[in-house]
Amino acid sequence: MSTLLDSSREDASRRDWQHILHLDAALMFSLAALSILGLFVLYSSAGSDDQLVLRQCIRLGIAFGAMVIVAQLPTQWLERWTPWLYGLGITLLIAVLAVGDVGKGAQRWLDLGFVRFQPSEMMKLAVPMMVAWYLSDKRLPPSGSRLLIAGALIVVPVLLIARQPDLGTSLLIGSAGFFALFLAGLSWKFLGGLAVLSGAGAPVLWHFMHDYQRQRVITFLNPEQDPLGAGYHIIQSKIAIGSGGLFGKGWLNGTQAHLEFLPERSTDFIFAVLGEEFGLFGIGVLLIMYSFIIIRSLYIATQAQDTYSRILGGSLAMTFFIYIIVNTGMVTGLLPVVGLPLPLVSYGGTSMVTLMAGFGILMSIQTHRKLLPT
Amino acid sequence: MASRVTIKDYLFESRLFMQRSVQALIFAALLLSVLIGRLVHLQVVAHEHYITLSDDNRIKILPLPPNRGLVFDRNGVILADNLPSYRLEITPEQIPDIEATLDALGELLTIRDIDRKRFDKLRARTPAFKPVPLRFHLSDDEVARFAIDRHRYPGVDIVAGLSRHYPHGPLAAHALGYVGRVDERDLQRIDASNYSGTTHIGKVGVEKTYENVLHGNVGYRQVETNAEGRVLRTLVRTPPSPGKNLYLTLDIELQNATEQAFGDRAGAAIAIEPITGEVLAFVSKPTYDPNLFVNGIDTETYNALRDDDKQPLFNRALRGQYPPGSTFKPFVALGGLEQGITSEHAHTYCPGYYQLPGKARKYRDWKRSGHGSVDLNDAIAQSCDVYFYDLALSMGIDRLHTFLSPFGFGERTGIDISGELPGLMPSREWKRGARSQPWFPGETLITGIGQGFVLTTPIQLASATATLSVYGQRMKPHIVASTQIGDDIELVPVGSELIIDLPIEKRENWDAVIHSMREVVHGKRGTARKIGLDSKFEIAGKTGTAQVFGLKQEEKYDAEKLEEKLRDHSLFVAFAPVVDPQIAVAVIVENGGSGSAVAAPIARQILDNYLKKDEPS
Repeated sequence: MSTLLDSSREDASRRDWQHILHLDAALMFSLAALSILGLFVLYSSAGSDDQLVLRQCIRLGIAFGAMVIVAQLPTQWLERWTPWLYGLGITLLIAVLAVGDVGKGAQRWLDLGFVRFQPSEMMKLAVPMMVAWYLSDKRLPPSGSRLLIAGALIVVPVLLIARQPDLGTSLLIGSAGFFALFLAGLSWKFLGGLAVLSGAGAPVLWHFMHDYQRQRVITFLNPEQDPLGAGYHIIQSKIAIGSGGLFGKGWLNGTQAHLEFLPERSTDFIFAVLGEEFGLFGIGVLLIMYSFIIIRSLYIATQAQDTYSRILGGSLAMTFFIYIIVNTGMVTGLLPVVGLPLPLVSYGGTSMVTLMAGFGILMSIQTHRKLLPT
Repeated sequence: MASRVTIKDYLFESRLFMQRSVQALIFAALLLSVLIGRLVHLQVVAHEHYITLSDDNRIKILPLPPNRGLVFDRNGVILADNLPSYRLEITPEQIPDIEATLDALGELLTIRDIDRKRFDKLRARTPAFKPVPLRFHLSDDEVARFAIDRHRYPGVDIVAGLSRHYPHGPLAAHALGYVGRVDERDLQRIDASNYSGTTHIGKVGVEKTYENVLHGNVGYRQVETNAEGRVLRTLVRTPPSPGKNLYLTLDIELQNATEQAFGDRAGAAIAIEPITGEVLAFVSKPTYDPNLFVNGIDTETYNALRDDDKQPLFNRALRGQYPPGSTFKPFVALGGLEQGITSEHAHTYCPGYYQLPGKARKYRDWKRSGHGSVDLNDAIAQSCDVYFYDLALSMGIDRLHTFLSPFGFGERTGIDISGELPGLMPSREWKRGARSQPWFPGETLITGIGQGFVLTTPIQLASATATLSVYGQRMKPHIVASTQIGDDIELVPVGSELIIDLPIEKRENWDAVIHSMREVVHGKRGTARKIGLDSKFEIAGKTGTAQVFGLKQEEKYDAEKLEEKLRDHSLFVAFAPVVDPQIAVAVIVENGGSGSAVAAPIARQILDNYLKKDEPS
């Protein structure tokens, strides 16, 4: 379909099946391997529940399907539709706050009659796309006023989602936007200023808080102060990981996971199950797979031919990293508890589809190359 | 699209991006190494520690509930105590067939339907690994019977605990309140983890207001248990910090004397130490036994209390809103003097009724034949209504409202027992807002004698009387004197709080009003002269009779003919000694008839009981 645009530089070897199908073999096989590892862990954490694993397989199938479909869309096409997608997303977010369904105590779902839909998921892609679209318009690095507008493009959906309240997703979207800015050349001076500002702001905020609010922050930062409440998960998940040792207790032999009451052990806390049953070795394998995917994604971004694709691709790669570091940091007790799944391992559907669609974009960037406008 | 990219420096941008990507990668690598460091710490360095925590045994975190603080009266008499008691707890996770176990237990011990219902309810909202109480207050016999069979019931335990007990029963129940089991409503407003071992929480009275002080903080222990769930050893133990003890300002002996004086009449009495605002007696009659509520009152007893005509559960001292009647007059009189509207020796003629200029309606005096020519002193001593109709009309509702509000009429006193009602001090604005009507002059007249819209609570009336007795120093009434972190540790006083120091125009005006109140008791024609006859100390007081039932113009009030619940309320406010007052009281006897006959003698008994202690014997 894009013969005319294909560079004459490109040799025949690049016209292989990857380019015809618009897929990236390295990414695809590492994602598939990761998913299979995830299914094994899930089978154990779910107490050998075939049905649950089957459902996860179906979700994985849908997610991979979404990836393949998105990979077929040329980046120019994505770029053209970016503002519309972003605008639609913002509208839907406002609609959710106004009329959304309450699931698990938070408004996230929009019932369209035939399908229930979570607009915040869409924004995981739309926000980095929009920032990339806006910044690629002019010379990089962006000037002060353009930075402000780009900042607003990020902050508005982040606040809307935080209101739902869905702190995990709003954190992800915030970092997706941040990395887009960073990769576009956000100056270190500005970054330093931001750090100093938030460092100085914290004690002031602290000063104005009520005692009970302070207590909440303390519990939030140090859950082990509250071993019967918020700290319970963390204590149990640390015991699970720590008792796994170097090589773990073996598949299906994790006593913490099977006997102990670790809520969310198939979803947000599944990393603890992996750590208990496969030990540091198993975690090492998982982290190597993740690292490979991140490096490959960043590589694709650096090889992209236009600014839009570059910023978008790099931002998606770094968002994937944030997913991993926030989840593992939370399960190992390094970070406060924020509800984010371990990508492609945790049980759950919607966020997986979005994640894989993001990899679809990366594959599209890699395979829809065009003539350089020199 | 091509036009958009032409002005850009492609090489520069792609180099910038490459640089930034490497920086991002370094950032990621740094975070990843922190994570790996953490994992190495958990899985290699501290592996042995965690393996003991998890190895075959299971770790449980058990809450250690704090002991609830005790409550004493001002002299150290214990009012709320903790007694040892045993309860039966079941850990659902450890029992394969709960129904069967419950049935089997039912043959061993008494398990009522209400126990099972409560158990099911609690179980539904408790994680399966946490124990759920089935029975409270096991008898020694039951404890022994279960102990023999205990091996047959894994997951069932007897737990020793403490249970709240009120040794004085109904005495001062309305002040003290009671604790009851934590219910769903309580769960909404408490810190669930701090209450995870706690079964009871303050429901009303001081027990509720001082819940945070009395409860203390939960402790916990991490224990290792075997497969059956029995505790093998404690790994970490953080002891709970017990709740603080409370010392009340109440004098339980005075409280008792006051409640006795009421007999079986309904009403309320408050005694306050004027210079501090300490509440010496807090009586609302009839009362109830708070011990009934501690472990769940049965429906029959509760319905009987709830449906009782005299409403024993109703806290009259805080929530009863009564017209103050003539007890209002000293305050109105003081307003007239201080605002320069009348003077101590100005006379008003009382023919037994009062008419507004140009109106036919007669506002009657309680004495049909009239009091003749009266000055302020006579008007208060004899409780002349006409004098106050005239004075109130001269003052007008605005000035009445301005002067009387600072005494606390129409607002909550802020006493440290929750549930207080504000009463009502009417004003033009209030009437426009609440009734959408203008203020009528006739309403000013009856406000002057404490009728009409005016409503006061007993605590308000006592506080206002105390304020008057010490020339305008209005202290916040309070019932907790001090707290104590542990037994035998020094008391920490809560302290008294001055709400407002009322401005004094002329001290002579206050002297005159207090003198006239002295005449009520000690004067020849005082309405309460009977209680002054043999008094060893000087009393200043004021009688009041509040209408419950409105009479038609020419109808005559006849107590005999009226049903008891339509009879007038009897009121009396007093303080003593007149110079340097030690105690101020307000007494209201519902449907008691005239103030002098019923409420005044009760007030005298309160004063006697309290002041005789100060005399060297």
